[in-house]
Amino acid sequence: MARTPADLVGAQPGPPFRITFDGRPVTALPGQSVAAALWAAGILAWRTTRNAGRPRGAFCGIGQCYDCLATVNGEPNRRACLVPARPGDAITTQEGHGRAGLGV
Amino acid sequence: MPVSGSEPYDLAVIGAGPAGLAGAVAAADMGLKVALLDASAHTGGQFYRTPHPALGAVRPEALHHDWSGYADLRGRLAQSRIRHLPGHHVWSVTNESADVGATWAVHAVTGADGGDGRPVRLRARAVLLATGAYERHLPIPGWTLPGVVAAGGAQAMLKSGLVLPGRRIVVAGSGPLLLAVASALAAAGARVPAVVEASGYLRYARHPRALVTNPHKSAEALVHGTALLRHRVRVRMRSAVTEVHGTDRVEAVTVTRLDKNWRPAQGAGRRIQCDALAVGHGLMPQIELATTLGCASRSLPDGTRALAVDRLQETSVRGLWAAGETGGVGGAALARTEGELAGIAAAARLLGRLAPSGRVRALQRRRDRMRAFVDVMAAAHAPGPGWSRWLTDETEVCRCEEVTAGRIREAVEDLGARDARTVKLLTRAGMGWCQGRMCGAAVACLAACGRADGLPVERRPLAVPVPLAVLAGLDDPDGKPAGAPSYRPST
Ligand code: FES
Repeated sequence: MARTPADLVGAQPGPPFRITFDGRPVTALPGQSVAAALWAAGILAWRTTRNAGRPRGAFCGIGQCYDCLATVNGEPNRRACLVPARPGDAITTQEGHGRAGLGV
Repeated sequence: MPVSGSEPYDLAVIGAGPAGLAGAVAAADMGLKVALLDASAHTGGQFYRTPHPALGAVRPEALHHDWSGYADLRGRLAQSRIRHLPGHHVWSVTNESADVGATWAVHAVTGADGGDGRPVRLRARAVLLATGAYERHLPIPGWTLPGVVAAGGAQAMLKSGLVLPGRRIVVAGSGPLLLAVASALAAAGARVPAVVEASGYLRYARHPRALVTNPHKSAEALVHGTALLRHRVRVRMRSAVTEVHGTDRVEAVTVTRLDKNWRPAQGAGRRIQCDALAVGHGLMPQIELATTLGCASRSLPDGTRALAVDRLQETSVRGLWAAGETGGVGGAALARTEGELAGIAAAARLLGRLAPSGRVRALQRRRDRMRAFVDVMAAAHAPGPGWSRWLTDETEVCRCEEVTAGRIREAVEDLGARDARTVKLLTRAGMGWCQGRMCGAAVACLAACGRADGLPVERRPLAVPVPLAVLAGLDDPDGKPAGAPSYRPST
């Protein structure tokens, strides 16, 4: 019986690579979205809400809910469930609307 | 604005799931020049979502049943002259009948995230909408905690990225998707302590004819049922998760018995430890591209709205066909049937030929039989009005704008709001990033105070986020917004 999703489909992925989440190293597989790589590392939250500052992560998984917005390489408001992870990507927790630097 | 390929196409198919694929290959087989646009990098839609090729899945079919139907369509696409345009997020379809020889303009942005790409406009003489569905959600106290994920979302992330949101995952809500999700999660190594279904499957038994004439559906249920038994997953009918516990993430859920109107029983429910909850209350047709064009829609037995189509899958707007979930959620086999029918009908119209009548009649018979079953299914899983009793005043209903049930009740009870639109204006529920896709059904229901009004017609002028530069460049045929700063609507 399969113990992991990779066992189930007999996955033979290409070599894993490194991304970072808030500076911590996270291993990603080629073909995974940023959200999938974070889930695989047991990370479920990567933004805080604008009003209450509550943690959120991926919900709908298909680009509809916008709960998974993350700051990717300094750019805020990227849907982590759609954006492919690339070697060296720096993911950081997005606070609020992600544009605090603009003072808006 | 840049255009894709040599223009115009005979048929633009929007969505490369089972309906869109079937429509595209059927139309191309009859000689049409077809463009197939899809937001994803791969064909298959949400149903046949597959691991990214770089993940090297040797047995992608282990995550699906009915794989051969898809494999066949994919093979025919590869052999056809269809222009497949992956990574195209279609944000609007407009009527351009003033243009010579072309009637429709399909506007899209390319790229992984829709908001960061290049604008594309493509012209076609006819359009087939096969945009599928998204999940309906009902809020639960604590459902914004990390670890609570959409049931379809958990399945989507599993199928494409081979990941799970936790090790011990409760699956809850209503509808046949829950069984599929639970068996997929269990097969992939998760512990699923319970599937919690608010309806009772006994309602199907009142429609023996629909069951007998749709043996594939019964077989499907049996496949999932057997898988659940094998993984010792307990299915609790007529119950709901009425609270999610945890501080920074899910630690447990409370499961409570419901009466037939979905009113939770008084007293303590049963607590189940888990580190994730996958939740969903059925699917809703994704039809805003069509309703914006004025296509007629209809209410389904589960309160959702679908496009109204004729015997040949044409909407009320001439030249605009629809197939699959856009006409009412019914699964992959129905979507394939309707897609083929629409493709044949569109080709016959554009070529000024008669459609092959034997094939058309066979497809129509199959469609009618499956639609009859789908109606039974929709009625069986329609949310009962009692669900709102599990909300506390603090429960967030609108996830984007963090609008609580208490504020919506205030808008309804004290300020006299009687419909979702007014509630939205008073509270901002549904005005955030997702434009009400996650909370719209719940807000409409709360605004109607349990009156069974069905859902209002959603109108979203932009179906996906579009950089302002793309909109600004619209009327300028040579406008090249590339390089201009791109802004995503951040409300
Ligand atoms: S998880 Fe919903 S948009 Fe990414």
